Amino acid sequence: MNIFWEQVGSGLVTGGIYASVALALVMIYQATHQVNFAQGEMAMFSTYIAWSMIHAGLPYWVAFVLTVLISFVGGVVIERVIIRPVENAPVLSVVVVFIGLLVIFNSLAGWIYTYTIKSFPSPFPSQPLFGFRYVSPHGIGAIGVTLVVLVLLYAFFRFTPLGLAMRAAAQNPASARLVGIRVGWMLALGWGLAAAVGAVAGMMVAPIVYLDPNMMSGVLLYAFAAALLGGIDSPGGAVLGGFIVGVLENLVGAYVIGNDLKLSLALVLIVGVLIVKPAGLFGKTLVTRV
Amino acid sequence: MDANTTAIATRARFLNARLAGWVALAVLSCALPFVISSYHTFQVTMVLVYAIALLGLNMLTGYNGQISLGHGAFYALGAYTAAILMNSLNVPYWATLPASAGVCLVAGFLFGLPALRLEGLYLALATFALGVTMPPLLKYKALDAVTGGVQGIVIIKPDPPFGLPVNQDQWLYFFTLVIAIVLFLLARNLLHGRVGRALIAIRDQPIAAEAMGVNSAIYKSLTFGVSAMYTGIAGALGAIAVQFVAPDSFDIFLSISFLVGSVIGGISSIAGAVFGGAFIVFIPNIASQISKAAPWAIYGVFLIGFMYLMPGGVVAFLRIALAWATRRFRK
Repeated sequence: MNIFWEQVGSGLVTGGIYASVALALVMIYQATHQVNFAQGEMAMFSTYIAWSMIHAGLPYWVAFVLTVLISFVGGVVIERVIIRPVENAPVLSVVVVFIGLLVIFNSLAGWIYTYTIKSFPSPFPSQPLFGFRYVSPHGIGAIGVTLVVLVLLYAFFRFTPLGLAMRAAAQNPASARLVGIRVGWMLALGWGLAAAVGAVAGMMVAPIVYLDPNMMSGVLLYAFAAALLGGIDSPGGAVLGGFIVGVLENLVGAYVIGNDLKLSLALVLIVGVLIVKPAGLFGKTLVTRV
Repeated sequence: MDANTTAIATRARFLNARLAGWVALAVLSCALPFVISSYHTFQVTMVLVYAIALLGLNMLTGYNGQISLGHGAFYALGAYTAAILMNSLNVPYWATLPASAGVCLVAGFLFGLPALRLEGLYLALATFALGVTMPPLLKYKALDAVTGGVQGIVIIKPDPPFGLPVNQDQWLYFFTLVIAIVLFLLARNLLHGRVGRALIAIRDQPIAAEAMGVNSAIYKSLTFGVSAMYTGIAGALGAIAVQFVAPDSFDIFLSISFLVGSVIGGISSIAGAVFGGAFIVFIPNIASQISKAAPWAIYGVFLIGFMYLMPGGVVAFLRIALAWATRRFRK
């Protein structure tokens, strides 16, 4: 039974990571109705920035805050400079631009920091916390950070005028523009926020999977599955979906199909959700009027 | 001369020019392997192979509006079918093509059935997962005896038949060229007729199409099947040309470069597939010549640059350029 609980515990930890990347995906989806394929690579690159700052001697939390800020600005700049010119291009052309971003970030990280695996420090103590034996302290810390980010985002979207303006810009750009919201800038802000959330996710995942340019590729797929499971337009659903996918992945990997085929679980899950409940657990069902 | 005869004369001149263009293209493609090196012949063969695969994707995504980020999986399926048949059952290389086509047709049709419920983004995600899942499945231990596991399968390059005076690379080029021409003509007839109109109608106005009596479920899942079949044939040809199949050559990046090639060539066009194939084969080489250290960064810059300059793909760009040129000449 101990082994079972250990699997559940480590599932919750990885689930927390899927949850934060899924959260970033849902954010961009809500703000722009696009799924950013470069999300994982952007998070990976942010983590490298944090790594160089820590390496240069900055304390962890200073580096953490600076990385989140830099990522936010980076996200805004990317939207303004790279995504904006293709705003009116066909959807698939935009997807190709995302793919371009993905390979650029991956290749740049490999070029600047090499492909050797680096260890990334954890800000949390190494002694077990509160007597939890099954979840590592870093795991508990990562889950806590994810929940804090979720609460902050919820409060931002629910209680601030800026959050309201962003929701309006995404839901009905034309009317939002008529009441004086600068829709273009709201999109850019959405990108910035998503990049910042991604950076947090990257810094939380790096101590577990180690830092290398390809660290996010598996994570991104599970995050997609999590976002779909929870409903692609529901931030809370994305977080819950992340935890469910993390635990399922570990249990199924340990007891049913073995580690080799773990990635297939994401496929089964995605296809299953789409067939049984396409809107996800908490998503809104869209009804098209004919 | 009255207006009518002028119009006829212009039309005749246009048709003559077009015929001359096709003849020139035919002569060029027959002469090509005799003037370039073996390696370049191989590269051009791969352009044709990818063009066939992209044609399948264009049918599905461009004409029918179903996005696929997982066509590498069907390419892999075709390649492995051919490789296993040649390796374990000693089937001649040309006979593996119908087998790969059949397997992929069925697989594509079956995947197309659940995909009916999905649209746009969701379909992209489901197919993306399909593409990601393929390499681990091919590596799966229980199938090692058939698939060769991580090592893959090595295939022997076919010799030219009937004592033709060409070498293996040239023969393979002509073999691929003939198959590509046949498949392109079939696709052209399919897409420019009744079926093609139905596919476009489903893409643009699904509800109106249903109201006009188009059975969209059958059309969509069959399109998925036919599209997978084209890509599967390409996979078989590619396996014969490369003489090797291994799980890691069919990773998600292959699927992504298919979509990239399709979009860059021009996704709702038949000719676009050829430009896309050329992009897939040549741009990574050019990128690594520009920068040895970070070739994929250069590749990414190429991608974004192409989309800035020609958001509708090369074919749309050429059409605009041609229209502009004809206007210029008329004046």
